[in-house]
Amino acid sequence: MKAVGIILAGGNSSRMRELTHRRAVAAMPVAGSYRSIDFALSNMSNSHIQKVAVLTQYNARSLNEHLNSSKWWDFGRKQGGLYVFTPTITMENGYWYRGTADAIYQNLDFLKKCHEPYVIITSGDAVYKLDYNKVLEYHIAKKADITVVCKEMDEDADVSRYGTVKMNDSCRIEEFEEKPVLSRSNIISTGIYVIRRRQLIDLIERCAEEGRFDFVQDILIRYKNVKKIYGYKISNYWSNIATVNDYYRTNMDFLKQEVRKYFFKEYPNVYSKVSDLPPAKYNPGACVKNSLIASGCIVNGTVENSVLFKKVFVGNNCVIKNSIILNDVYLGDNTYIENCIVESRDTIRANTRHVGEDGIKVVVEKNERYAM
Amino acid sequence: MIKKEMIAMLLAGGQGSRLGVLTSKVAKPAVAFGGKYRIIDFPLSNCINSGIDTVGVLTQYQPLRLNTHIGIGIPWDLDRNVGGVTVLPPYEKSTSSEWYTGTANAIYQNMNYMEMYNPDYVLILSGDHIYKMDYEVMLDFHKENHADVTIATMPVPLEEASRFGIVITDEENRIQEFEEKPAQPRSNLASMGIYIFSWPVLKEALKALSEQPACDFGKHIIPYCHEKKQRLFAYEYNGYWKDVGTLGSYWEANMELIDIIPEFNLYEEYWKIYTNSGILPPHYISDQSAVEKSIIGNGCDIYGEVHSSVISSGVTIGKGSVVRDSIIMKDAVIGDHCVIDKAIIAENVQIGDNVTLGTGSDTPNKMRPDIYGFGLVTIGEDSVIPSDVQIGKNTAISGVTSKEDYINGELASGETLIKVGE
Repeated sequence: MKAVGIILAGGNSSRMRELTHRRAVAAMPVAGSYRSIDFALSNMSNSHIQKVAVLTQYNARSLNEHLNSSKWWDFGRKQGGLYVFTPTITMENGYWYRGTADAIYQNLDFLKKCHEPYVIITSGDAVYKLDYNKVLEYHIAKKADITVVCKEMDEDADVSRYGTVKMNDSCRIEEFEEKPVLSRSNIISTGIYVIRRRQLIDLIERCAEEGRFDFVQDILIRYKNVKKIYGYKISNYWSNIATVNDYYRTNMDFLKQEVRKYFFKEYPNVYSKVSDLPPAKYNPGACVKNSLIASGCIVNGTVENSVLFKKVFVGNNCVIKNSIILNDVYLGDNTYIENCIVESRDTIRANTRHVGEDGIKVVVEKNERYAM
Repeated sequence: MIKKEMIAMLLAGGQGSRLGVLTSKVAKPAVAFGGKYRIIDFPLSNCINSGIDTVGVLTQYQPLRLNTHIGIGIPWDLDRNVGGVTVLPPYEKSTSSEWYTGTANAIYQNMNYMEMYNPDYVLILSGDHIYKMDYEVMLDFHKENHADVTIATMPVPLEEASRFGIVITDEENRIQEFEEKPAQPRSNLASMGIYIFSWPVLKEALKALSEQPACDFGKHIIPYCHEKKQRLFAYEYNGYWKDVGTLGSYWEANMELIDIIPEFNLYEEYWKIYTNSGILPPHYISDQSAVEKSIIGNGCDIYGEVHSSVISSGVTIGKGSVVRDSIIMKDAVIGDHCVIDKAIIAENVQIGDNVTLGTGSDTPNKMRPDIYGFGLVTIGEDSVIPSDVQIGKNTAISGVTSKEDYINGELASGETLIKVGE
C-alpha cells in the first residue's frame, strides 16, 4: 500500500451537449455495460490501491447511484475504502469546488490522515487500462516531484482541448501548455499524475493561500521550472470521452476486435456495478450486424454498426445504424435512427425518424413511457 | 437471542445422473440454465425475493462449482451479519461419520444449524427446479390453516401423475392421503418437493426417524407426520414450474425461453433472478452473422449464425458456423464452418473447425438409451472435439478427444465417447 488514489470526477463539459444535462461526465455509460469512472476505479483496484477518494460536484446523482456500493470494484475493505466527497458547507468554507486544486484542498484532511507516501490522481472521464504501480516505480526511479502520464497523439489529431507537453531527452517536462490554440507538440497530458503525498499537501496549501484553484495552471505550469516534473509515456489505448465526437468514437472503437480483446479478455478485468439483467434476446425479425449488444436488450429489428447499452428494446421493423443507444431506451416500431446518440431511459414513439445529418445527433425525447 | 421466523434448507447435494455427462463434474444445481444462470439461482432468488435471508445449502456431490458460485452470497444479497447463506457439507462427528443418505437425513444432520436460528418454520427446497414462487404467500397459507406441514403442489395432467408424489385433499385443502408414484393416481395434485414445516413438528419427526436408513421426506417424513394425524395441507401453485431432470426436459425448458413472449419471463422487473455471473461486457455480433430467435449472454463473440438457441456468457462462435436449436454454455469455443444441430454443449468445451454435430439417423443411444435420447448431442464440460469430424444424434462425448477416436472422422448416431482423463 504505497499510494492512495484521487479520482477527479467533478465536471461537466459543454462539449458533451445534452448528454451531461443528466449526469457528470464520469458517470457516462461507456462500451455497452460500463460507466466511464469504472476504468479509473478498476485500475485503482487492480493496482492494489485500496483507498480511493472520488471528488465530484456536478449533478452527482447518477454517479452516486453507480457508486452505491464499493464492493463491485473490490473496495470496502477494512484497510482502505471508497470515499465520495461532494462539496459541503463547513465552518471555514462555503464555496463549491472552484477548481481541481480547490477540490483537493477542501478535502485535505483525507490526505493528511493517510499514511501512504504517494498519491495517484486521475480523472474519471477516460477509458484506459493502466497499472499505476508502473508509473509509481518510474516516479521513484526518476526522483521526480510530479510525474505526468502522457500520450502521443496522431500527427493530425486535434489536441486543442488537452494540455500538451514537451519533454527533454530524459523525459523531464520543459513546456506545458493548457488547451493551446496552436500546439507545438502532439504529446498530451492524460490527467494522470503521481506525486508524493507531503509534496501535494504543501503545494495545495500554498496554492490556496495565494487564492489559486487549478491543479494544471497553478501547480503544473507554474512550478514546471522549479519542481522536477517528468512525463511517463503510455502507448496503449487511452481515450478521453468528454466531447460528443470523442464519446461516439470511443464507443465505436469497441466494435474493433483488438479493443474488445484488450479491455474485455485480457487480465486484469474492468469491473462495474452488477445490474442483474437477463441475457439479450433476439426475436424473429432481428438482424444485427457488427454491433455490441448488452444484457437485458430485446431486439426485433435491424441494428448495424451500433452499440446498444443495457435493457434497450428495439421494436419491429426498426432500423438503427451507426448509433449509440444508451441504457433502458424503448424504440417503438418502425423507428429509423442513424448517426445518433439516444439518451438513456428515453422512449421513442413508433414511426419516429432521427438522422444525424452533419455529425452526431444527440436525441433527447422526453416522452412518457406507458407500462406495457 | 437470534430469532428468524422462517429459514430455508436447500437440498443441493444430488448428482442428477439423468443429465448424463452434464453432471459428471458438477452437481445438478450448478448446471447452467438460460444463458446466464445456474439452476440453484432460481430457489436462491426466490428466497431473497420472498424475504427469507437465512438459507442453508446442503451440498455433497461435486460441490466445488456450487461453493465458488455461492461464495458468501453477495449476488443474492445473502451476505448478512446474522443469517445469510451457509454451505453445509456432510461432516465427521465424534461418534460416527456418514454421508447424507437421504433428503431428510441430510436435514437431520444439520439440526444444530437450524437450532441456531431458533425458527418457527423451516422451508425445505430442492435445487433442481426452474420456477418463481413467493414462499411468503405459502407461509401465510400455512399460518391461516394452522398447519403443521404444508406441501406445495401443482396440478399435472392425470396421465403424467404416476411420475410424481400425489396428494389427495379434502375441500379445505387438508391432505387426506399421500401416494408416492401411484400406478392408478386418484388425483392430479403433484408434490413439488417444497415443504414448510412448523419447526417443532419437523424436529420431532427427524428425531423419531433418525435411525431410518436413507431417510427421505416423500417416503418417510411426510407419511410419518400423516400417520401421527398432524395437520398436513396442500398449497396449490399454478405458475411456471419445470423439473429439468432429464436432458429432454432441460433442453425444452431452455428452448421455451426464446419464444416471443416466454411463459417463464426473465425480464420481469420485480422478481429478478440473481446470479454470480462475473462476465460483464456486452456481446459482439459481427457483420457476417445472423442471429434470430435466440438468447445470447454477455461477452460472447459471434461471427457465425445462431438460430433458435440459448448461448451463455463468454462463448465464441467462429466464422461460417451455423448453430441451431442448441444450448451452448459458458466460455465454450466453436471453431469456423461448423454445423451444430440440437446439441447441448457444456462449459469450456472446445470444438475445432468444420465439425458437424447432430447429423445422420435418429438411432437410439446404445449404452444409455434412457439418458441420451431426444435426438440430442450432449458434450460434457471441458471436452475437446478435433476439427473435421462428424457426430451423429443421441450421442454423448466427454473428455479430450482426438482424431483417432473417430472412425473415418465420424461418431455415428447412438454412440457414446467418454474419455476419462486426469
